[in-house]
Amino acid sequence: MNTVTRLEHATEVDQPTTPGTETGTPATGVAVPGRAAPVRGEAYTVGRVDEVPIGEGRAFVAGGVQVAVFRLRDGSMHATQAACPHAGGPLADGQTDVDVLVCPLHLYAYRWSDGSSTSGAAPVRLYPVHQAGGEIVVEV
Amino acid sequence: MTVTDSRVLGGRRTGATTLHLDDELDLRGRLVVVGNGMAGARFVEEVLERGGGEQFRITVFGDEPHGNYNRIMLSPVLAGESHEDEIVLNSHEWYADNGIDLRAGVPVERIDTAAKQVHAADGSVTGYDHLVLATGSYSFIPPMKGVRDDAGELLPGVYGFRTIDETRAMLDAVGRCRRAVVMGGGLLGLEAARALQGHGLHVELVHAAPYLMNMQLDPEAGAILKRSVESLGIAVHLDVFATEVIGGDRVRGVGLADGRQLDADLLVIAAGVRPSSDIAVRSGLEVERGIVVDDQLRTDDPDVYAIGECAQHRGSVYGLVAPAWEHAKVLADVLTGTDPDAEYHGSRTATKLKVAGVDVAVMGVNTPERDDDEFLVISEPKRGVHLSVVIRDDKLVGATLLGDTRKVAFLTQAFDRGAPLPEERIRLLVDLSDGVEEVGVAEMPADSQVCNCNGVSKGDICGAVADGCSSVGAVMDRTRAGKGCGSCKSLVKQIVEWAADGELTEDPSASWYVPGIPMAKPELMAAIRQQDLRSVSAVFAALAPGGQEDAKSKMGLTSLLRTIWGTEYVQENDAKFINDRVHGNIQRDGTFSVVPQMKGGVTTPAQLRRIAEVAEKYEVPMVKVTGGQRIDLLGVRKEDLPAMWDDLGMPSGYAYGKSFRTVKTCVGSDFCRFGLGDSTQLGIDLETRFQGIESPAKMKLAVVGCPRNCAEAYVKDVGVVAIGDGRWEVYVGGAAGATVRKGDLLATVDSPEEVITLAGRFMQYYRENANWLERTYDFVPRVGLQKIQQVLLEDSEGIVADLDEGMQRSIDAYTDPWGQDGKEPATPGQFRPSLPLVELPKVPVR
Repeated sequence: MNTVTRLEHATEVDQPTTPGTETGTPATGVAVPGRAAPVRGEAYTVGRVDEVPIGEGRAFVAGGVQVAVFRLRDGSMHATQAACPHAGGPLADGQTDVDVLVCPLHLYAYRWSDGSSTSGAAPVRLYPVHQAGGEIVVEV
Repeated sequence: MTVTDSRVLGGRRTGATTLHLDDELDLRGRLVVVGNGMAGARFVEEVLERGGGEQFRITVFGDEPHGNYNRIMLSPVLAGESHEDEIVLNSHEWYADNGIDLRAGVPVERIDTAAKQVHAADGSVTGYDHLVLATGSYSFIPPMKGVRDDAGELLPGVYGFRTIDETRAMLDAVGRCRRAVVMGGGLLGLEAARALQGHGLHVELVHAAPYLMNMQLDPEAGAILKRSVESLGIAVHLDVFATEVIGGDRVRGVGLADGRQLDADLLVIAAGVRPSSDIAVRSGLEVERGIVVDDQLRTDDPDVYAIGECAQHRGSVYGLVAPAWEHAKVLADVLTGTDPDAEYHGSRTATKLKVAGVDVAVMGVNTPERDDDEFLVISEPKRGVHLSVVIRDDKLVGATLLGDTRKVAFLTQAFDRGAPLPEERIRLLVDLSDGVEEVGVAEMPADSQVCNCNGVSKGDICGAVADGCSSVGAVMDRTRAGKGCGSCKSLVKQIVEWAADGELTEDPSASWYVPGIPMAKPELMAAIRQQDLRSVSAVFAALAPGGQEDAKSKMGLTSLLRTIWGTEYVQENDAKFINDRVHGNIQRDGTFSVVPQMKGGVTTPAQLRRIAEVAEKYEVPMVKVTGGQRIDLLGVRKEDLPAMWDDLGMPSGYAYGKSFRTVKTCVGSDFCRFGLGDSTQLGIDLETRFQGIESPAKMKLAVVGCPRNCAEAYVKDVGVVAIGDGRWEVYVGGAAGATVRKGDLLATVDSPEEVITLAGRFMQYYRENANWLERTYDFVPRVGLQKIQQVLLEDSEGIVADLDEGMQRSIDAYTDPWGQDGKEPATPGQFRPSLPLVELPKVPVR
């Protein structure tokens, strides 16, 4: 076995200062270190609602988990795992309507109702998401 | 190859690097698989396909040092028909690329189920949350005097036939040996016998049962097979045990129970396999013939599972690969939560193979078992043909085809799905037509790949039909067959029609421009113009059933609205595919490619210098010359795109859109000794005029200065060829992609200006009349060259002025997207990373 290159995950200290990649803070207001394990059911404020244009998705990090948050044209908001179960494609770059989200890489589609795939892939994980005072709150 | 060949099959290339997650951050469950054969590796593949890579940290132990290889293919390797490299299914690299810790060549010794730890021979202790045993089978070595040396190893010259190492050793020995005895007249023994005979050895086959392949065939079929094998020159000894290996230090002969002795300097033992259950026994799991599992492949320990040949399910142990794959699917469903209630209820085994040069297909039972079973046999010993079917309650419960497998496709279908059987049972075995043989899709094996782009097999397509997809469109949506390059669509259609057996429904959406709006393109365009619909959401609201938007229709509608309205189209970013949102082509890891415009494939030192500097500054993993005579910067992070465009200071080359892309040129008349026209300048002029206009599918053009066609103009959507005296031929509908088609000569014109006018007219006619994603090579034959000539050259429909005007509107609407969005993002976060925790690019800098 040859040596392998180990890549560090982005963390609070070394990640690029691109807006929107902050790790998120729990809605309770307690700061979470960059490498904290996601707490199941813990709610995190990940960013402002207006960071996500209507009809599109944007990726955030909620307590160490990368999520894609979408605002649909019917006014609803949804959050899913950021990577497509099929080949790891960036779901936030996908196209959506009120029923399904389509991954840009190979056009696998997933239902917003339950995360199941319409095209034979494994289901995506959906996370509860809501807005509070103009902020996006995701539970992971 | 030598017996000491220790090359790792499917090993990693020297210097290959891998990306690994930081263990400290790894919050995933621990999934450990013991066994890296066909079942174990297939299970891992199924888990990854269900997104299990995100749920689990996967460790795979394998006794052999190799990657996963196709054990079924060892016979062709032994026969010299396949190279061993061809049988690798998952190389070490594949495991590394998928973040799987492969411990190849590390046998597992025992499992501590209480502590949930795996103890391996290298002293390592690995914890698990879920453990899957996929230890397979081992060659059964019957008790024979002298078969092992004092150390307990097989005597030199005696080989099992189950691993690549054993196969290599036999290949090494065939050059030194003259006479081989093969023990076992099952499938493997027959294949070994045939392979060794092919290497010039004299081969004798010893089989303990009264007839060959007794596990699969009935005695009559076995007898016919024996004749076929003997006619190949292989001696067959039936109903006799081999009791002794003669030789002492190496094999010199084989003693049979009836006192006969066969000379041999090579002995292959293929007398069956036994489930490898030692680890399970040592670990206190319940083991009978195999490791006992329930309908979810769970052993008597709730966190330990067993799949493949080592597992015993409802009393059955399987020695075939198909059940192992079914196990893998069910267990992956269960463990990933895709279907927590998935169950395996046993396999109906069907095999189709060529054994010792004879076609054999066997499914279900081979003889009647009940009084009212129907049994039909056609036996032609002279021709080596024996066909039989067993029918119970009007359903096919078994079939045996030996020497003639023409009906296997239909029978397999009838067996698998309980399809209705013909009243005249004889039709199950022979065609009673006028002698015309059924050929085509029915005869394709289920695993033959139909769609190469998306890896869809005939079996997948038939499966979708069986699951209730009743139209070609529905099958294509379900399987994604035909959704890649599209070159397999007609074959997909044939298979669907065959599998649906006349139960096909007409696909109403086949004629629609996009799936979400039930209108053909002309009707849709008329409605858009009439109702003044200028945005995609307005189109959905006005024309879609229930005003319902449809994600898969958005891209086609965006293209159409831009074609119709030009600058007056109301842009909505969510209606664009990601490529059009960020003006780059998305790559497999979520990075993008950047292709600056290089009109006519002509560049300058200053441009090259800038591209080189930008590539270095942004650490671009790969700089590549494209087929379209441009330079591609691959692996660019989305967030780097605007700054990169700014540094380049060049317009977009549109290498990502369903649009006019590029014009290739040859060196024309400036430099070429043979040039008849200034193709380089004409290419640049064409690209300047039509840059970036959207179209139903991508458009690639070329201009060549003479018929030598150095820039491949004959196979472009629009191709222009100089023929001398200032004249140019304009070809349309050419292709050299998945489809290769020489373009049709639309017209010969007298000046570059006329070329530009005619090309524009043709492209506008195509833009207005082609279906979404219909390339010109389909459009031109569909409409017909003659009609296109009448419309464009004779103005038969009086629309030429409109076409020119429509094209001009689009040209006037052109803005360089890089210049525009590079300065001011179109939407908030337009260039934000979409996988914030994944370090991109994944491809290292070359």
